[in-house]
Amino acid sequence: MSAVAVRDLWKYYGDYPALREITFSAEQGTCLAVLGRNGAGKTTLLRILCGLSRAARGEIRILGRSARHPETRARVGILGHGIGIYDELSAMENLRLFARLYGLADIENSARHWLERTGLAHVRDGLVREFSRGMRQRLAVARAFLHAPEVLLLDEPFTALDDRAIAMLQDLLREALDRGATVLMSTHQLREALELATHVALISRGRLVHTGERTAEMLADPGWLYRHYGEA
Amino acid sequence: MRFLRQAGTIAVKDLKAELRTKEAINASLSFALVILLLFSFAFDPTAEQTREISGGLLWLVFAFAGALILNRSFSREQANDCLDILVASPVSGAALFIGKAVANAILILAVEVVCLPVFGVFYNITWTKRPWWLLLVLVLATWGLTVIGTMFSALTVNLRLRELMLPVLVYPMMIPSLMAAMQLTTLLIAGEPVTGEDIVWLRLLIGFDIIFTALGIGLVETVLVN
Amino acid sequence: MGTRNKLIYLLAALGGLLVIRNLYVILLQFPDEAAQGAIYRIMFFHVPCWFICFTAFLAAGVASILYLWKRRMVFDNVAVSAVEIGVVFTATGLVTGSIWARVIWGIWWTWDPRLTWAFITLLVYLGYLMLRRAIDDPTERAKNSAVLCIFAFVSVVITYKAIDWWRTQHPGAVLSFRTGGGNIEPAWEMMLLWNFLALGLIAAAVLLIRLNQEQVRREVDGLRRRVHEL
Repeated sequence: MSAVAVRDLWKYYGDYPALREITFSAEQGTCLAVLGRNGAGKTTLLRILCGLSRAARGEIRILGRSARHPETRARVGILGHGIGIYDELSAMENLRLFARLYGLADIENSARHWLERTGLAHVRDGLVREFSRGMRQRLAVARAFLHAPEVLLLDEPFTALDDRAIAMLQDLLREALDRGATVLMSTHQLREALELATHVALISRGRLVHTGERTAEMLADPGWLYRHYGEA
Repeated sequence: MRFLRQAGTIAVKDLKAELRTKEAINASLSFALVILLLFSFAFDPTAEQTREISGGLLWLVFAFAGALILNRSFSREQANDCLDILVASPVSGAALFIGKAVANAILILAVEVVCLPVFGVFYNITWTKRPWWLLLVLVLATWGLTVIGTMFSALTVNLRLRELMLPVLVYPMMIPSLMAAMQLTTLLIAGEPVTGEDIVWLRLLIGFDIIFTALGIGLVETVLVN
Repeated sequence: MGTRNKLIYLLAALGGLLVIRNLYVILLQFPDEAAQGAIYRIMFFHVPCWFICFTAFLAAGVASILYLWKRRMVFDNVAVSAVEIGVVFTATGLVTGSIWARVIWGIWWTWDPRLTWAFITLLVYLGYLMLRRAIDDPTERAKNSAVLCIFAFVSVVITYKAIDWWRTQHPGAVLSFRTGGGNIEPAWEMMLLWNFLALGLIAAAVLLIRLNQEQVRREVDGLRRRVHEL
């Protein structure tokens, strides 16, 4: 069974099909990079997988269940454009809140653990409002990994990050892949994504034009795929 | 059980965030006081007259001041795309809705409880003749306003012009609740019992609460997942 | 010319002819009413207006539920078209009622339960139309306005009941000719129904025209998005 399986997925804005017959699957322990230009439909696809948006047609199976199933949502970790963190709460309070919402057994310890992993232990009681950009982003990463998700859905995860945070996120993702998690990320930052990706999917104008393993060719020349499909 | 725990977590989170900044509650409270002041120019505040329209006055204050709190409820979630994270989390839409509604209702009730004595002092009204009945009406009517307000706050969360849109949509819908609350409050402040024909207002208040809570719980998931 | 267009012309023609015939009877054949004089004739339009307004809002509510269930855009088209028709007829009902009130009661407006309710209904559904204008994505618009439409219908029904209760405690001072009960002339009652039919046919024609327009608008919107994609 694939960790993520999508079959004949369509999404409309009125009469306009934003996603057209998308079919792909990602096996457990793989990292799929969803590439494409802005407006190609990457974010729409990820929103549907996250259960934030409804497909008009098609079937989605994440860990064997539909995207909106509460069980699915408890096992999926999300990192999006916004950090998804409350400014009015402290770092620790934020993590505690999400630990509770995800129904974790050991709230205190998992929150503390992830603050340490992301290097925020020294500011655990500081309000997020007072954090620097980098710190906020690291806290967002901690929030996404908090409940040891089996599937990670990341929308442009590297865009807003500084060097240090990028390195940290890459390490965490590698670690997650090693323990058997599945990662789906949309990105146009090819280099960072391709280093991690085991598979690549290219979306163009709402259609999936390429899916397959990431080849050494792509890593050597990140622009290759785009040029190959006339997307330069 | 799980539903209640999730709703509780959301409510506590909202209250904590609000009490830390006090943005909405301060604005709401000041606005309420301003309206109370403005009423004194609208008519000659002799005690007798004021008592006759006290229900109407108070609920206008509560409805307008409460809207500021309701408005903040979902726009707070927008700042860092927190709403997306909540909707994608295992929390059901209904739990999110109830949690937020409870937090809003508590905040609005707090504003109301501050406004009542101020109103009593300014307009020389004894409002404590039937305190428990009054509290019951406050809670029931506030819940009615809150459910509608929270639902429409969710419905308009992604709109441009949402601040302009919300009052236009919300107030006409609140009329049954407001009307019943005004009638009952006037009665109770005059110290009269709620009996006979007036029971119908209590029923309306409860019925309205139940119907709109049910509609909200049933439809909020549809609203939040686009 | 498609079948739908033929149907539109047919409905409009029938409705139009029927209105003319009804007008002829109302204005030239019916005698003045004893107490009210000539003005009572406005009731032959006023009352059917409210029938249609209620039918339209009910239809919009049903269409909204069907949209949320089936997610077919055609139901959204029906909902918005029906609400627009309902709003127009509500406004017409208010204006005709107001004219009648000015002549008979000597005032344009009074906070009678029915008037108050009609006014609230107008506001609620104007809010619905406003909400629609604020959402760009047709699918999102259809979904959110369907939810609003369900709330609107429920609250309008409750408000109607509530205001009725409210005012029964403070009975109105004036009698309308509708509340006369039983003693309306059979010919007049028939005429109310005939005019309901006539206005209903016209409303149905307008509904079909609006359905076409909504569909074309969505197609244009879709094409525009495709162009942006290039």
